[in-house]
Amino acid sequence: MTHHVEPRKVYFGIFAALMVLTALTVLVAMFDLGRFNIVVALSIACAKAFLVVMFFMHLRFAKPLTQVMVAGGLLWLVILLSGTITDYISRGWLGIVPGW
Amino acid sequence: MSTVSEPIAGTKVHYLNADYGIKSWLLTTDHKRIALLYLAGITFFFFIGGAFAVLMRLELVTPQGDMMQPETYNKMFTMHGVMMIFFFLIPSIPAVLGNFLVPMMIGARDLAFPKINLLSWYIAMIGGAFTLYAVVAGGVDTGWTFYTPYSSTYSNTHVIATAVGVFISGFSSILTGLNFIVTIHKMRAPGMTWFRLPLFIWAHYATSIIQVLGTPVVAITILLVGLERGFNIGIFDPELGGDPILFQHLFWFYSHPAVYIMILPGMGVISELVTCFARKKIFGYAFVAGSSVAIAVLGFLVWGHHMFVSGQSVYSGMVFSVLSFLVAIPSAIKVFNWTATLYKGSIVYMTPMLYAFGFIGLFTIGGLTGLFLATLAVDVHVHDTYFVVAHFHYIMVGGAIMAYLGGIHYWWPKISGKLYPEGWARLSAGILFIGFNLTFFPQFILGYLGMPRRYHAYPEEFQVLNVMSSAGASILGVGYLIPMIYLVWSMRYGRPSPPNPWGSAGLEWKTPSPPPTFNFDKTPVITEDPYIYSHDEEVEVG
Ligand SMILES: [Cu+2]
Repeated sequence: MTHHVEPRKVYFGIFAALMVLTALTVLVAMFDLGRFNIVVALSIACAKAFLVVMFFMHLRFAKPLTQVMVAGGLLWLVILLSGTITDYISRGWLGIVPGW
Repeated sequence: MSTVSEPIAGTKVHYLNADYGIKSWLLTTDHKRIALLYLAGITFFFFIGGAFAVLMRLELVTPQGDMMQPETYNKMFTMHGVMMIFFFLIPSIPAVLGNFLVPMMIGARDLAFPKINLLSWYIAMIGGAFTLYAVVAGGVDTGWTFYTPYSSTYSNTHVIATAVGVFISGFSSILTGLNFIVTIHKMRAPGMTWFRLPLFIWAHYATSIIQVLGTPVVAITILLVGLERGFNIGIFDPELGGDPILFQHLFWFYSHPAVYIMILPGMGVISELVTCFARKKIFGYAFVAGSSVAIAVLGFLVWGHHMFVSGQSVYSGMVFSVLSFLVAIPSAIKVFNWTATLYKGSIVYMTPMLYAFGFIGLFTIGGLTGLFLATLAVDVHVHDTYFVVAHFHYIMVGGAIMAYLGGIHYWWPKISGKLYPEGWARLSAGILFIGFNLTFFPQFILGYLGMPRRYHAYPEEFQVLNVMSSAGASILGVGYLIPMIYLVWSMRYGRPSPPNPWGSAGLEWKTPSPPPTFNFDKTPVITEDPYIYSHDEEVEVG
């Protein structure tokens, strides 16, 4: 198995990007975007997580099996969130008031 | 491949006598020894959990709450559940039989990470110690589910210590799962292709996926309860902007699949037992293997069936109800395939096979009553009654523990190198079957008639069925003690076992009993499918 070695400047570049994104999070928090507050904050957080996983954790150059495993973990997170959100957004949809 | 010295007749060196002394056990990295460490640990927890059950069944002999306070009774069922689920059932088959057999069945010398394997045992024991501390210090009364706000706003018992114990033991479960996944991917002997793997391995692979993907969620959930209590961060408390139902979503996202952590390895055991004692190739290998993976995946889509009456949206309830019906399909595939394997087999009624028969029947009852509970309208009537209690005990005791005991008996000659007394074993299998049904079948009726679970007192008219249940529980207790005694006895006084007493086709039987430290003297090369039986291979003992 060949081990991919990333040049050092890539790491510094990613670090800088993470710092910029952190600053952006703080900056955005100063404006009230209504319901988009959470969307923006989570999008930035996801972008940062993506960078960390891909570069710092070497997923970009990992073997396909490792990538499948990570994708599986992500899929499971989607299952957890979508199942839970199904409940929250559909409360009251059917106009049935629980009688118990 | 290094050369391993041939065992010399008379002075056979195997994993049990390769080294002596307490250090050789507590610092071992041999998966077989770690399996025995787990066996000792979980047997201890089993008897503690069992003691709480005994006290509950004693209280329920009479309709009045005359033996303990309601608060004490709450603690009894909580600690029974916590001990049995997190410290006995979850580790039972994977950490004992899986640990022992996964490397042997795929022709490996050990698991991929032997030291992590030992670490997982220590973590499990430390988690158990925290929970034991909570028990001794005064107990917990939230139920094993730790529902908020019982466990947060209104908690007045040792929730934190117990939760820390469960949190810690979760890591042991994750590490075991991880170890199995890597081992099964990377350490199969030459020729051991995926579709030559024993079904026990498929079942453990599926179980490991659940352990790795599910356990972190319950760990984080417990952590969130701690954060809310400690730092007033609003997650589950409506006053702080949280939602108590969110706890149930997160909890059951793990805890429904956790049922499959308990039952899937058992199904793996049953596949091995049925083929060996019907002396036939498994019917529909690919379907049995695939259904394990299907159960692992589908099992993650049904958690809302625990929340039909909790305030979850009705629409969501309908979705989870449909998905819960779907998960019955792969389980049914297994039952039908085992039955088809028995058809025209040369069935040998040895003890492990008796347990396998027990499993198939009781699991089927447990599974089918699960469909009652997955039906929205019926669940409104029977939720939180003894019907639920009976249902999941049919799965966990009638299913998982029957498979566990069947597996322990089947592989005991391999583990200990000794044969257990067959007569006693058959007798106790019978006692267990009778005791189990007498304990839990009346609870189906009680629940259907409307007796709620988790009460220390009940109306007069339920007494007959409750006395039956308590009587059954005492028979069940005897059924557990007898194997305990004769298995320990056989370690010293049992007849020595030949390498393959059952005439099994499994790879783990092609090495001496007990096996040498590195399992095989020469790395085996696999040239044929599993479960190749011809009718003339006979059981050697009996
Ligand atoms: Cu469930």
